[in-house]
Order: sequence, then C-alpha cells, then structure tokens
Amino acid sequence: MKNIPDWQPAASLENLKLRARVLAEIRAFFSVRDVMEVETPLLSSAGSTDPYLDSFTSHYQGPLFPAGQTVYLQTSPEFAMKRLLAAGSGAIYQICKAFRNGESGGQHNPEFTMLEWYRPGFDHHILMDEVEALIAAILKTAPARRITYRDLFLEYVGLDPFGLSAEVARAYLQARDIHPPELAGTAIDDWLSLIMTHVIEPALGAEPVFVYDFPASQAMLARVVQAKPAVAQRFELYINGMELANGFYELADAGEQRRRFEADLQQRQQLGLTAVGMSQALIAALESGLPDCAGVALGVDRLLMLAANSESITEVLAFPLDRG
Amino acid sequence: MATYSTNEFKSGLKIMIESDPCTIVENEFVKPGKGQAFSRVKIRNLKTGRVVERTFKSGESVEAADVMDTDMQYLYNDGEFWYFMVPDTFEQYPATKEAVGEAAQWIKGEETCVVTLWNDVPLAVAPPNFVVLAVTDTDPGLRGDTSGGGGKPATLETGAVVRVPLFINIGEELKIDTRTGDYVSRSKD
Repeated sequence: MKNIPDWQPAASLENLKLRARVLAEIRAFFSVRDVMEVETPLLSSAGSTDPYLDSFTSHYQGPLFPAGQTVYLQTSPEFAMKRLLAAGSGAIYQICKAFRNGESGGQHNPEFTMLEWYRPGFDHHILMDEVEALIAAILKTAPARRITYRDLFLEYVGLDPFGLSAEVARAYLQARDIHPPELAGTAIDDWLSLIMTHVIEPALGAEPVFVYDFPASQAMLARVVQAKPAVAQRFELYINGMELANGFYELADAGEQRRRFEADLQQRQQLGLTAVGMSQALIAALESGLPDCAGVALGVDRLLMLAANSESITEVLAFPLDRG
Repeated sequence: MATYSTNEFKSGLKIMIESDPCTIVENEFVKPGKGQAFSRVKIRNLKTGRVVERTFKSGESVEAADVMDTDMQYLYNDGEFWYFMVPDTFEQYPATKEAVGEAAQWIKGEETCVVTLWNDVPLAVAPPNFVVLAVTDTDPGLRGDTSGGGGKPATLETGAVVRVPLFINIGEELKIDTRTGDYVSRSKD
C-alpha cells in the first residue's frame, strides 16, 4: 500500500464504484431468473464444525437468554439458507458477510462478502452452467473449461490423486524445490491441497476452470457417489489460479449430515480445538426434507479483484482489518 | 530459545532454517478451499545468500535467528581477521574473510560499516555506499582531456580495480560507489 493515511479507504474510489456496480449486476442477474434474495442472521448459537474454519465467538446476555449464550459469527450462510429451502422457499440467493478468524493475506480478509445461492432441481453440473453465465456477464470471461479433480492432477502433476501416498506427494513436492512442512499424521488431503495451491493453481491460466468430482474425503456438505473411487459431487471454480467459488450437489441425508458433523467434532478434539455446537436445526430441517438442490458460494471480493485486476484483496475493500 | 509463530512472519524477519540464519523475503498466506492453512515463504540464507522456498503450517513456530545489524568502525586487518569496533562501547569484533566478502576491497580503515552479527559473531559486512580511495596505479593521465569519455583501469589503495576517466592520475583520491563498483568523481577534499 502506498502510504495512504490510515483513516482513508484502502480501495480506490474507482474500485468502490465497481463494487456497487457489480452488486447491482448480481441482483439483476438473479432477479430475471426469479431467484429470491434472502437475509439470514450473521449471529447464531450454532457454529461451523469444520476443523479448519475458526469462527469468531461472542456472547449474548439479555432477554431470551438471561444466563447468557455463546454466539458465533457465521463462516457461511449455508445452514440458515438450507433451513429456508426445507421450509419451501424455492430458489434463493444471499449477499452477506462471512467471518473467518485467522485468515488474512493477499486473497483473505477475516471478514468478507459472500454470494451464496441454491437451486432446487439443479445438480452441480447445471449449477456450473449458471455460475459460468454469471461470471461471463460480470467479467466477460472466455468459455470455462471443466475437468475432474483426477484429470486435473493427471494433466498438471502426472499423479493420480486417488490412492496417492503421503510419501509420493512429499517426494514430488521436494523434487520441485517446494519444501513442505512436517505433516506427521496428516490426512492425504493436506498433501493434495499443497500440490493444488503450490503447483496447480499457479499453472492455471486466465480462463475459468471448473474442477469437479473431488475425493470423497473432501466432500464437505456435498453428496458422495459410491463409485470406484468414491467421489464427492462438489466443484470449485478457478480464474487466474484463484479459487473463486465452491459448490455442491447438496447432501440431503440427515443421518449422513449428523455423522459428518460428529466426525468434524471428533477431529476438532484430536487437534485440540474448541468444541462447537452443531446445528441441530439443520439436522431437523434435513429430516423434514431438503429439496433436491445444488448450491454454491462465491467470494465477491475476489470477483472484484478479478474485475479490477487487483493483486491484493485490500485493493477492493474499503477498510480491511488493518484499517478497521 | 526465542521463536516466531507464522502469524508474526513478515519480510525482514530473521529465522533459523536447517541451522542457518535466514531472512524472510516474501510471505504469503495460503488457505486452500477447504483444509489446513499454510504460510508459504521465500527466505534468503544469510550465510550463502541463496533464496529458497519453505512452507509452514499456519500457527507453527520457527526458531528465531539472533541476528542484528550494527554500525561499526573498521579498524584494520591482520591477514586473518578484519577488526571492527562499536564506537560507543569500543567493543571489537574480528570478522573472517568469508564474512567480510566483497566489502574487503572497499575499506582501508575508519569507515563505518554495517556488521551483521549472528549470535554475536560477524556474519556479513556491508561497506558504506560511498568510499574515498587513492589511486596507486594507472596509465599516465591525459592532460587536457576532461571529457570523461573512454576510460582506463585504475588500481586503488585497497587493491580494488575500477574503471576511471582518462584524466585521472596516480595519487588522486576518488569517490567510488561500492554497490556498483563505479567511479563517481574526484574527491572534493
């Protein structure tokens, strides 16, 4: 940053105008498609159980909870939006703030703007079409490439990510002069992530690339197809080697959702992290019936970085954390 | 043992990597879509000058390198060590040939240098950006040619050889830029 006084915005006025314009374009895009805009709470008494997401925690005390209640700032609006879907909302979208503690860097600010939407009746492939239409409208991007996670690794790395051993992954990274940390006892997924961020992402070009059919171990809240090997019906969109969006053919099985929450909580315990209350309301909503749907979260600040050709997320934020 | 967490990483921070003191050149926070966060850093080995890349798990701790830059006056060399002194305390530090490196050809005594100490031992020496040195050998000066065009080699009192204008004579004092090894001007003194 070029010595802008601290009280002033980090983003140029031009980029602030760009943000206003892009937000209007997003709303127009969904308006003509009859997708309803919704708002759900940023504060909730249930948090994200994901061991690698660190929620900001706060405390409410007053009417309703005279003895006090721990509340979390959301890491994404996913649970609340799925409750709306289960209640019969139909197609919905939301532009909101999401919060993730500990995340600050060239592409991260602990508070960021997320666009999330859900499409009943879509699977992840149809949703990729819609994501592509949205980014083409805003960024004027070339047609997107679609490639499975496995083919991506075979093409850029020459290794099959399914059944890859930690030893092979480590040797591969070391041979490329990328000295990986000790990941003793770490799942293969961390090695795959390292290869993704250190080798594949920098090699991906300016054209949009959808990566889909992730290993089942990286399913998050996506459905898993019990094929050989099992794959998660999840996709990510990369532009300029930057992850812009993450989507799922949404898991609707309440029992499976509960098992994944419990596995997360167990892993949190193993990692010595604080326990987080799982969303019983989401489980109840899934039990009552989530319509068949696909959903996606897209980082609006990163979208603006691409639109403005910015090197750092701070160039599109009025007041990033260090100016807060 | 002092340590730094990855959250404290920034360029210029001195850390130990494989028993060598290093300085962070570049630090990048990497968080894949889902999963563990990492700090990806480029670091310069202060002993070898080599720049390498390392990746740390976010929150991991790394040993701090006890490295300090100190202004010291160069005193003399005894053929084995170059001696430097902290002006305030008169404390003296012998530096090896490896530590002095390129600086040796620019210093003759009394210059203020930046000495990088690692565990209180000189690791590197940076000479002043500009030094004034006398010419001990060069072809005879061409009287009347003050154009500065062309040029010829001249040996300085420290043994360094620099390219100088044709009009320079033996015994003259020259101002030299040590960062480039270029002649700047005749000394004004």
